[in-house]
Amino acid sequence: MGLLSKKDIKLITDPLADNNPITIQVLGICSALAITAELKASIVMAISVIFVLAIGNVVISLIRNIIPSKIRIIVQLVVVATLVIIVDQVLKAFAYELSKTLSVFVGLIITNCIIMGRFEAFALANGPWKSFLDGIGNSAGYGIILIIVGFFRELLGSGTLLGFKVLGDAIEKTGVYAYGYENNGFMLLAPMALITIGIIIWVQRSRNTSLIEHN
Amino acid sequence: MAKNTDSNIYTVLFASGMVLIVGTLLAFVASSLKEKITENKRIEKQQNILYAMGINQNDETSVEFVSKDIVGTEFSKYITKQLVITGNEAVEDPNAYLIDIKKEAEEAKNPNYKRRLPLFVGEKDGKTLYIVPVRGKGLWDAIWGYIALDAQLVVQGVYFDHQGETPGLGSNIKERFFMDDFKGERILDGNTFKGITAAKGNADPKNMDKNDFEVDAIAGATITGDGLSAMLKKDLKMYVPYLKTLKQ
Repeated sequence: MGLLSKKDIKLITDPLADNNPITIQVLGICSALAITAELKASIVMAISVIFVLAIGNVVISLIRNIIPSKIRIIVQLVVVATLVIIVDQVLKAFAYELSKTLSVFVGLIITNCIIMGRFEAFALANGPWKSFLDGIGNSAGYGIILIIVGFFRELLGSGTLLGFKVLGDAIEKTGVYAYGYENNGFMLLAPMALITIGIIIWVQRSRNTSLIEHN
Repeated sequence: MAKNTDSNIYTVLFASGMVLIVGTLLAFVASSLKEKITENKRIEKQQNILYAMGINQNDETSVEFVSKDIVGTEFSKYITKQLVITGNEAVEDPNAYLIDIKKEAEEAKNPNYKRRLPLFVGEKDGKTLYIVPVRGKGLWDAIWGYIALDAQLVVQGVYFDHQGETPGLGSNIKERFFMDDFKGERILDGNTFKGITAAKGNADPKNMDKNDFEVDAIAGATITGDGLSAMLKKDLKMYVPYLKTLKQ
């Protein structure tokens, strides 16, 4: 097996589906609603969160034994904030347009409960390598949902994917628009993101009924 | 060796060390990326000014700027003159668009300071346009924009942007449906300066009346709208004495 044991693989694959931070734990919904109107923004947000959570988890894990427990949460916040500022600056330098679209939401990665949650629940108790995998897994699970939602919202709302007019031109009436199809502008608004996530949750739970909570 | 990580001294030392390391790291990142970020901001400014003039890649509802690669050449093609107005004098300055309006407004609080006002003169389809930068306060943070006027002081186009207005409400000042309403509005009533107000209940939601000095405000964005109206009143007014001389 070498680098990855079975347990390690589970750390990555679990949060992708059966323990997904968004659809199962219902964390990080705010940003999932706000920035998924375009696929591109979703992808960048996903990459940013993967970066912040993977590195953050490793850093916290490395210093877990020397963190004074009294200021534990503050230390975690400082680590996230530092990484987020770095992401923000890099985006401003290399993807300025995108950083304007994401605007405050990059800053809000700091308050993304997934990140603090993983620091607190995992990185403080596990070694760096495991924490790294856990960070990748959880942020990728978050990213996958973001990308799925972004895909449908951009496709149905604007008729484009990553800016390419895949459904034809809405004004020139080419492609599917020639047959009377219209973009659904409602998809671009936040409520439809919530409904899209709801549908994902529904599909996921009807495929795997063990995920349904019984009261 | 089990350290006592709960002692107060250790906690304080740890916190200080952490701040030192993090501070150094961030300072390093910020200073090494600064140049690129400034360059991006400069390009954006040029794109915004051209947008207000009506030079853009818009289709029906979108807000699209001329692309980054050609903005420099487009800017020098359409902007024929850049002026800096101080008092009653207007001096040409090819770098007027780099004047930091925020800084100028700060300095102007000192009564002895002569505020420098940048003005861009452009030419499009044989028409001379005067583009005035404005800056003010919205609900949460700064808002700013560029107003393109013709020699009769009729608005030919605007561009607004904001730092952090509420998404979906105040942030809509940079949407087409709002910005396009300004086209054709006048800012002078005869010889008196009126500005343009984002007004609620002006009974003109389709903006047919171009002589009312009002555009239809955005519902749910009262304070952003008020800030925008105030910004237009305050900043355009400073240019009026100079712009009036063009009218004659």
